Amino acid sequence: MVEKLKVTPTEKEFRDVVGKPVVRVDAWDKVMGKAEYIDDCPIPGCWYGGTVRSDVPRGRIVGIRQDPSFDWSKVVFVTAKDLPGPNEVAMVRRDMPVLAEDIVNYVSEPIALVAAPTKALLKAALKAVKVEIEPLEPVLSIEEALEGKNVIWGNDNILAKFEVKRGDVDEAFKEADIIIEETYRTGHQEQLYLEPQGMVALPRDDGGVEVVGSLQCPYYIHGAMTHALNLPPDKVIIKQAVTGGGFGGKEDFPSLLAIHAAVLALKAKRPVKIIYDRAEDMVSTTKRHPSRIRHRTGVKKDGTIVAQDVDLVLDGGAYTTLSIVVLQRSLLHATGCYQIPNARIIARAVATNTPPNGAFRGFGAPQSIFAMERQMDKIARTLGLSPVEVRRKNLLKSGDAFPFGQRVEDDGARLVFERALAISEYERKRAEYSKDQGPKKRGIGVSLFLHGGGFTGAGEQKINGKIKLFVARESVELHVSNVEMGQGAATVLTQIAAQGLQIPFEKVKYCQPDTSKAPDSGPTVASRTTMIVGKIVLRGTEKLIMQLKEYVSRHFDVSLEDITYAKGTFFENGTPLADFFEIARRIEEEMGPLEVIGDYVHPPELNWDDEKCQGDAYQGYAWGANVLEVEVDTDTWEVRPLRDTVVVDVGTAINPLLALGQVEGGSLQGLGYGYLEVIEMEGGRYRNNRLANYAIPTSVDCPDFFVELMEIPCSRGAFGAKGLGEMPLSGGGPAVASAIEHATGLFPTRLPVTGEILTSLEQEGDERRS
Amino acid sequence: MKASFNINGKVHELEFAPHARLLDLLRDNGFTEVKCGCREGFCGACSVLLDGELVNSCMVYAASVGERKITTVKGIGSIHEPHPIQEAFVEAGAVQCGFCTPGMVLATYALLQRNPDPTDEEIKEALDGNFCRCTGYVKIIDAVKLAARKVKEND
Ligand code: FES
Ligand code: FES
Repeated sequence: MVEKLKVTPTEKEFRDVVGKPVVRVDAWDKVMGKAEYIDDCPIPGCWYGGTVRSDVPRGRIVGIRQDPSFDWSKVVFVTAKDLPGPNEVAMVRRDMPVLAEDIVNYVSEPIALVAAPTKALLKAALKAVKVEIEPLEPVLSIEEALEGKNVIWGNDNILAKFEVKRGDVDEAFKEADIIIEETYRTGHQEQLYLEPQGMVALPRDDGGVEVVGSLQCPYYIHGAMTHALNLPPDKVIIKQAVTGGGFGGKEDFPSLLAIHAAVLALKAKRPVKIIYDRAEDMVSTTKRHPSRIRHRTGVKKDGTIVAQDVDLVLDGGAYTTLSIVVLQRSLLHATGCYQIPNARIIARAVATNTPPNGAFRGFGAPQSIFAMERQMDKIARTLGLSPVEVRRKNLLKSGDAFPFGQRVEDDGARLVFERALAISEYERKRAEYSKDQGPKKRGIGVSLFLHGGGFTGAGEQKINGKIKLFVARESVELHVSNVEMGQGAATVLTQIAAQGLQIPFEKVKYCQPDTSKAPDSGPTVASRTTMIVGKIVLRGTEKLIMQLKEYVSRHFDVSLEDITYAKGTFFENGTPLADFFEIARRIEEEMGPLEVIGDYVHPPELNWDDEKCQGDAYQGYAWGANVLEVEVDTDTWEVRPLRDTVVVDVGTAINPLLALGQVEGGSLQGLGYGYLEVIEMEGGRYRNNRLANYAIPTSVDCPDFFVELMEIPCSRGAFGAKGLGEMPLSGGGPAVASAIEHATGLFPTRLPVTGEILTSLEQEGDERRS
Repeated sequence: MKASFNINGKVHELEFAPHARLLDLLRDNGFTEVKCGCREGFCGACSVLLDGELVNSCMVYAASVGERKITTVKGIGSIHEPHPIQEAFVEAGAVQCGFCTPGMVLATYALLQRNPDPTDEEIKEALDGNFCRCTGYVKIIDAVKLAARKVKEND
């Protein structure tokens, strides 16, 4: 007789969690002050590490002098000569050194490292190092880089170049009634995660090293560490600590910081921790790429676009970091949400002697979308049409193609746009605000935006992400390399796994990423975690259930087809046989630990040609529309956002509460980018290098938000999810400019739109009029 | 230097350098729930209550604290008995990366002490010194309103 196995009425326990506003798994720890960020973790015997930096944008290092009156035996000192492996930070390329050796290429470039037992001693040691640098003429702007008088990278200062072509732009221009031309510019933006960068390295007995820190991409660091330290993969372990925000800022930079901490720890033979203070973080870490984007658009009198010529340049800073991929995304988002029958887009990233720019939420798209959206307003203005009409005429519909050939699969662009116009009462307010008298003028502006979810092109195939499910006694552990950094990944991935396994949410345990336990499910970037990694998790759950089913089939001698599984229970033709954890326990007892790996499977219908930049660039597009209302004081040129209506299609919202949080937070960052967050450069140095002079939106700058989620599912994402994290940021910049234009009649072409820019636009206008 | 400090209702005898900031005194002695986001008085991550008044602990000399009672986020509730403000932050979805949260919770506490029924504008004013880069403040403002209701119900 077949032995009876435990059956619990799990219907009571299991409930659907996908689409539900489940409370975040990390909320209680954080709200009670119990969450330990890297600088909060007590590490016995830990020393403090610090960095000696360049104070010139370009030069030759002639000498590094250590003050002989300082007792150097008490500390550890490292220059490029002491590095255990190649002096390279392996990222997309290997052009960035761990420590500058001969030439320095930007202000704040690391030259030497110090570790000391106390903070006071560290400070004294850093002071006792003098670096002598013979200055060379620097390249400080996009224009200087393109001019090529001084070559600082390759043969021509070009870090990367891509081109996309569709139809025949020159022929089509002949058909146009008018060709409209404008150049748009955007500045740096600082991620300003509230927790500064920080990393602890602990040497291991086996000669290896473990790094724990505030980071987004454990395996990026793992790769960079094995390369720079000349260590085999199993001797390097990367763990994530609770991370106080990333926004891309902890995507590429932590590789450099982790190597610094590790080099010091290996030399000091004890743990070393490097925690940046805000000032050091702001002067030395990556920012959003500044851009110069020139548009030439051939249009018919009724506003129909016939051809578009785009010349897009990003300032990559001194080294490549991620500029190649940022540029690609910029290029692929360059024509925004519009149908462009003939297009030519040339995109270049150039090197300058400024701190390297890197990942920041949006990853090249916000710059492109700002330029495209402004151009739509320029077309409207030139032809005397409304900005809404011009957009409606050219919107991408299902079945239309992007310039790179991919077909659009839904009508998200139109749906979010029309919905945002309707709920914001755009037309009524447009008419009302146009009548504003006196110095304070209100304006209403629109922006439309999109974001391709997941890596560009073949990126997901290259990463080929994997996840692990480990079945413990009464819970299932989920091991991934995708981190929780505030965006909600820990909760959302748990929801996906629980739903996939049909077990209670509380029984799935998301494990903090640790490369010694979690397989490489890829970095926490590119709005890929929910959509793409979620799908891999789901595949893992299917595999696990199948294994259990097979056991049930053997144990009860029932054919596989007759076994069904629902809500934690296996059934034979409707009769309950056994429950999930009982079977799992059996398997473990008989065969050892039960774990499965979920794999990435590339959707076979998607094809991408990397050389030609043609094909299916992304697995799905999320769409968004902003209608922003502002008030501009035309005496002081102070701008105040009043109300922001944001409608976004995010596919299935796995957790609507968290999704709203992402949209609200991203939208406000976008508004900051639009009018507040200024970084001016002076001689290769950021002038805005502390919170005292870099303003981000605070609660009083926050407009009244009306956010609506639209859910047009995408078959390639987990439960229909689309990539959502980055998209909202792209809407703010162009919406601010558009609303200011309506309020003032001025036409800003630059982000952020500061009072200074408005003053100079007004003066230009006055000059033209007089 | 050495002095006694009343932190979350307990008296601690602590040593500190003459120019040490309250932020460092607290963090160096294990009160790491007080976060450091800038050390120049701008971000509010280091907020604590001094006799109920919200201050940036990075801007206060440890030596100047004297008898005043120091309250950190751990001093207003425990996991078994969370403060209604803490419950409200969890329920409203006001927590993302969490780095601003201890300061935000205390700023809310200070606000509701002096104004149990704040308007949206008053909430925004009261939180102006506490940066949050994640949430766009929307859910935080929701949480403050929810907390106000909860506090009233508890009375
Ligand atoms: S750390 Fe004190 S205000 Fe930022
Ligand atoms: S939740 Fe991240 S800074 Fe507020």
